[in-house]
Amino acid sequence: MTALDTAFAASGVLAVVGGLLAVTTRHVVHAALWLVVALLGVAGALLVLGAELVALVLVLVYVGAVVVLVLFALMLTRAPVGPDLAHTVGPWRRLGSGLLGLASAGLLATVLVPLADGTVQRADVGSQQVAGQLFGTWVWPFELLSLLLLAALVGALAVARRPDAGAPSRRRGAS
Amino acid sequence: MTLLEAALRAVAALAAFLVLPLLVGQAEHKVMAHMQGRLGPMYAGGFHGWAQLVADGVKFLQKEDVTPAAADRWVFRLAPAVALVPYLLALALVPVHPGLAAVDVPGSVLLVLAATSVGALGTLMAGWSSANKYSLIGGLRAAAQLVSYELPLVLAVASVALAGGSLSLVALADAWSPWWLLWQLPGAVVFLVAGAAELQRPPFDMPVADAELVMGAWTEYTGLRFAFFLLAEYAGIVVVSLLFAVLWLGGWHGPVPDALGWLWTLLKGLAVALVVVWVRVAWPRLREDQLQRLAWLWLVPLALAQLVLTGTGVVLGW
Repeated sequence: MTALDTAFAASGVLAVVGGLLAVTTRHVVHAALWLVVALLGVAGALLVLGAELVALVLVLVYVGAVVVLVLFALMLTRAPVGPDLAHTVGPWRRLGSGLLGLASAGLLATVLVPLADGTVQRADVGSQQVAGQLFGTWVWPFELLSLLLLAALVGALAVARRPDAGAPSRRRGAS
Repeated sequence: MTLLEAALRAVAALAAFLVLPLLVGQAEHKVMAHMQGRLGPMYAGGFHGWAQLVADGVKFLQKEDVTPAAADRWVFRLAPAVALVPYLLALALVPVHPGLAAVDVPGSVLLVLAATSVGALGTLMAGWSSANKYSLIGGLRAAAQLVSYELPLVLAVASVALAGGSLSLVALADAWSPWWLLWQLPGAVVFLVAGAAELQRPPFDMPVADAELVMGAWTEYTGLRFAFFLLAEYAGIVVVSLLFAVLWLGGWHGPVPDALGWLWTLLKGLAVALVVVWVRVAWPRLREDQLQRLAWLWLVPLALAQLVLTGTGVVLGW
């Protein structure tokens, strides 16, 4: 077992444990924080494999922005300090979600494990290679994806705005 | 790299992490005092109160470490470490001498940004886990501010990375030329403003606003844990100032020989830190809506314009 294998295994364990705790904890904010641990584990695994740019962007975007937004949203809710007992679910739903989780993990494992040959190999992917691929070969899917996200953003704004928002509605209500 | 060299680099980074924030803190005490027409701490240590921060540290050590009964214990106790430790990593990545950083990795620009964004989580953890309404409001404001100012900060740094054609801080500082002072000026202004806002320094201290929120996310902290948050703030000033000095002011480029490059970098960084202090003294606190307006209506468009300008310059080969 090389140092690379060990590092990869450690990151993997970190990611899996963090992910498991994120879905099983009863503290809503703890779930968000365990998500940070899981993301750092994934980033570590990517770093070991040599995809430095992807790993760092993962931390920057997901930990630095997405988790901050999740925490912001949680602070606006009535999420209690301590276990959230208002949203506990029955044993059948626990069993069902456990089975579903196991099934998807098993499916992924059967597809992915035969592809691995047991050793961890480092493929140094330079940022220039990534940039060349992203802005050369994959530029249209990339742009299409950003268009999709923009559409989602505009859609969210449209949903969030009430149709009769603003001063006219207040006047109607008063009359 | 041998084990000895690695250990030396780690010790050097740790020493810088322990000394530079105190230096900036003491400079802030004295500079702010003189800007406000007073003397500042004069007693501790004899000469102009140079040992004031050491005395403060001893005082913090002696205080009781209180965890509120209603608090989320683990998160509450972990938060100061989450706020502080990423800045150690960030500081270790900043090069101070031609081709020399404590940790030299190819993507160091991104790693610095990623580390500081993890550090921001500490404030949010503190704000939420204290089970205190002032802390919660402080945490909310901090989250809103961090998300808004992260974007212009990253865009400004991206512009320099584009101009220098690298993601390594060492390579970017090597690629620097005096022409960047003008070419990258809008990005530099954006970075300095957004950096001060990320650190939640006045005039961007709406999240800690001591007059209305007591101390925001830090309200419930005492003793050493509170000191860690303060240390994280000063370490943040050091990181932002050194980053600004390396990326926009050319780091070790200067009239002195290369052997004194480290001194030149540190002097530039110190000058930037003094500007950060000066800004604190000179401006009143921004209101929450003014904060968001500044970020989205001024800094983001300015940073995007800078990115377009830099792209044009790179394509035309300026």
